[in-house]
Amino acid sequence: MPTHDTNAAGKSQDLPGHHVHFGREAPLRLDCGVDLVDFTVAYQTYGTLNADKSNAIVVCHALTSDQFVAEPHPLTSKPGWWRLMVGPGLPIDTDRYFVICSNILGGCIGTTGPQDVNPVTGKPWGLDFPVITIADMVRAQAMLVDHLGIDKLFAVIGGSMGGMQVLEWAALFPERMCAALPIATAPRHSAQNIAFHEVGRQAIMADPDWHGGDYQSHDARPYRGLAVARMAAHITYLSEQALTRKFGRELQDRDEVSWGFDADFQVESYLRHQGITFVDRFDANSYLYITRAMDYFDLSKRYGGVLANAFKGTSVRFCVVSFSSDWLYPTRESRAIVHALNAAGANVSFVEISSDKGHDAFMLDEPDFHRVVAGFLRGCAEYHGLNRNLGNGA
Amino acid sequence: MNSESRKSIRVDLQIIADMIETGSRVLDVGCEHGALLDYLRRFKRVDGRGIELSTEGVKESVSHGLSVVQGDADTDLKDYPDDAFDYVVLSQTLQAMREPKAVLGHMMRIGRSAIVSFPNFAHWRVRLQLGFRGRMPVSQSMPHQWYETPNIHFCTIRDFIVLCAEMGYTIEQSIALDGSGAQRGIGRSFFLANLLGEQAVFLLKK
Repeated sequence: MPTHDTNAAGKSQDLPGHHVHFGREAPLRLDCGVDLVDFTVAYQTYGTLNADKSNAIVVCHALTSDQFVAEPHPLTSKPGWWRLMVGPGLPIDTDRYFVICSNILGGCIGTTGPQDVNPVTGKPWGLDFPVITIADMVRAQAMLVDHLGIDKLFAVIGGSMGGMQVLEWAALFPERMCAALPIATAPRHSAQNIAFHEVGRQAIMADPDWHGGDYQSHDARPYRGLAVARMAAHITYLSEQALTRKFGRELQDRDEVSWGFDADFQVESYLRHQGITFVDRFDANSYLYITRAMDYFDLSKRYGGVLANAFKGTSVRFCVVSFSSDWLYPTRESRAIVHALNAAGANVSFVEISSDKGHDAFMLDEPDFHRVVAGFLRGCAEYHGLNRNLGNGA
Repeated sequence: MNSESRKSIRVDLQIIADMIETGSRVLDVGCEHGALLDYLRRFKRVDGRGIELSTEGVKESVSHGLSVVQGDADTDLKDYPDDAFDYVVLSQTLQAMREPKAVLGHMMRIGRSAIVSFPNFAHWRVRLQLGFRGRMPVSQSMPHQWYETPNIHFCTIRDFIVLCAEMGYTIEQSIALDGSGAQRGIGRSFFLANLLGEQAVFLLKK
């Protein structure tokens, strides 16, 4: 089972990039009723904010991604998770837009989460950390946007859990954004998705090294449970076609099966590798809190069960994108968003991109997807007269 | 923005565009690659939206900054609220609808006006092909063979006028187009329009 650097996931406070502290003067009231009084948000920016601060785009990351969108990850040295999307000349063109990406509340890559020290007790939060929601994450992002002195964002963009944040942004702060791109996402977490998350959480909690969530004081980490959680989740990010194309039933480093439980098949070896590399960069309790936030996500609930009410009278221009082989957030979920936006009279575009790469397609090389995002943003920039402000180097 | 290539649009689309007031809100149902929406945006300051079934059409439209939703008019129009648009356009698509009457009903519910264009099944060439050759007609405005056509509900100019009367809609404007693109007001000679019109464009009000 996993090998690891025992300290890796605990080093997040030392990560490079920007950190800002909030909550001491005005605490963040969380959906669970708790006031968060002292917390840090870690973020990265790319590109230049123009003179009238009208070209800012917030990029919202998915469950296990982070603020290192377009640069090598400081812990793993792997390229940024949206390197194909964010950068000079790319669809989210950092020559034209100022991109902000913060680590989410409850995360473990620099923003306050359960592995950090509770200022009241002086000990790590562990399971005393308050349960957070997608809306809480968005409120923390809005505090960051305030801190940066930006009144109105040009766009908020994100895939998967990032897409949920985009929807929350549009529901909570429609007057603070021009455009919204919820990608490969859903207006609420389905029973199937909750079920998969529960498998992951149970794997973590069944690990004896979890110690009821208090592993930090036992100088332990539930690596095995977290690796299993990651392996199970990773399957849901791919499609059967993608797995078959990549691995089929090919054997790993052998000609015959071992008649045992080694990683005989390439797909087993791949999943084990995914699990092992994940535990070096992620905290198990964070995984519990973030999956919970996704499970609790049900945007229509706050609006009398009618999703359209979340977007009533909105002036935000939406572009909803789904991928044909995504079975975690299938196209019908995106259609539900589009139908609600239509019912609310919103300005909405919607495209289903043909891909056999499953849910992960939104982070992979999908030229049609990239063309749609670039074109949509260009159209919005034209509509809002943003072109006039671009390229002035202000 | 590929605007040079979109300066001129199909003659029936031009007639539709001419019927639309500057600065209005338009929903183009079955907007294909967004040629009409693009024209309306650039020359009539229209706030336009589209619905299109084909992925290619939607991708191209959205990539050009147009607001287009991938969807099926037969099922998705019901999601739009009443009176959300000034005009709802259905160009060369009515005959491909599973329920053209229901679609027309939704168009008039969603919009203050509806603009509908369709190939006229009573055109003399069609009558000749069916009457003398005994073959399903194939023409410029009906380019498909019977076994591969998406068109399942053909109608004639006369049929359409009867349907509008039945549904209680007022025909504000009606134009028949012959094969060379010449226009003829349908009101002036109803019989001739039905015989000579290869396609027709109607502007309807509630």
